[in-house]
Amino acid sequence: MKLPCKQVWEHISEYLDKDLDVELLVDVEKHLENCEVCSAILDSTRNVLVLTVDERTYELPVGYSDRLHEKLEHAIRDVRNIESDDRSG
Amino acid sequence: MQAVSQNDAGLIQRILAGESGLFHELIRPYEKMVYVTLFAMLRNEAEAEDGAQDVMISAFRHLKSFRGESKFSTWLVTIAMNEGRRRLRKAKTAAEDSIETSLEEREGDFTPAFLTDWREIPSEALERKELRGKLREAVDRLPTIYREVFVLRDLEELNQEETAAALGITVGTVKVRLHRARIMLQKSLVPYLKQNVPARKGFFGRMFQ
Repeated sequence: MKLPCKQVWEHISEYLDKDLDVELLVDVEKHLENCEVCSAILDSTRNVLVLTVDERTYELPVGYSDRLHEKLEHAIRDVRNIESDDRSG
Repeated sequence: MQAVSQNDAGLIQRILAGESGLFHELIRPYEKMVYVTLFAMLRNEAEAEDGAQDVMISAFRHLKSFRGESKFSTWLVTIAMNEGRRRLRKAKTAAEDSIETSLEEREGDFTPAFLTDWREIPSEALERKELRGKLREAVDRLPTIYREVFVLRDLEELNQEETAAALGITVGTVKVRLHRARIMLQKSLVPYLKQNVPARKGFFGRMFQ
């Protein structure tokens, strides 16, 4: 086992993104197979990310969509009016 | 870089040809994404909603400038990120700025926290409202330079190149900042994931390699 734990932690993010060079990947995977600490850190990081990006984590304010489309409708009408003014004038 | 989807491309073409009402349909799938980007950046519901409206109106007005080389969602989320940054700059004091710059320079403590035994199933954990609050708070506490990379890469799933382009930084910087953001999140959230597991001090000390 060549890699010390600290070095494995430095590569957790790239490991999760499958962005490690093959050589390093082999070393990290070998380390993870035998190291309970690093596997736990890796799993918890992955889980924390899964939870944070879960769609239930961020909720939309009630009525958000209605208000958004109402504003948009005004903007769309404004542009239409300007365009028709341009054509007529 | 992925190109615009056929459905979006078709709608955009028709909107530009005059069926402007179809813009409502075009943005519907991306409403939440734009709001979440702004909320994660601004940490305030009302500001995020206001910003989201501005983003969509701006996207409508500038639709002609969308080249179709990227996905429409990537284009929108980039506008949302710029809007978030603009609003943050407006609100931010000079003091905060200097703290954040120094954070990147210094060799911070980006060491993950240890988790001994997490028995909870992630999706069940999310049923706890209190945990959802903690997750959002943890993102809120990330310094802006890390938060914006985390939002684009992990929340909105832009790739490294798209994130770098949206923020005007290099791919290498994206990787470093994302790593730090993720480790900071891991560190601040692990205490809430431990479910009644007694701490075993010194246990890991013996297991280090």
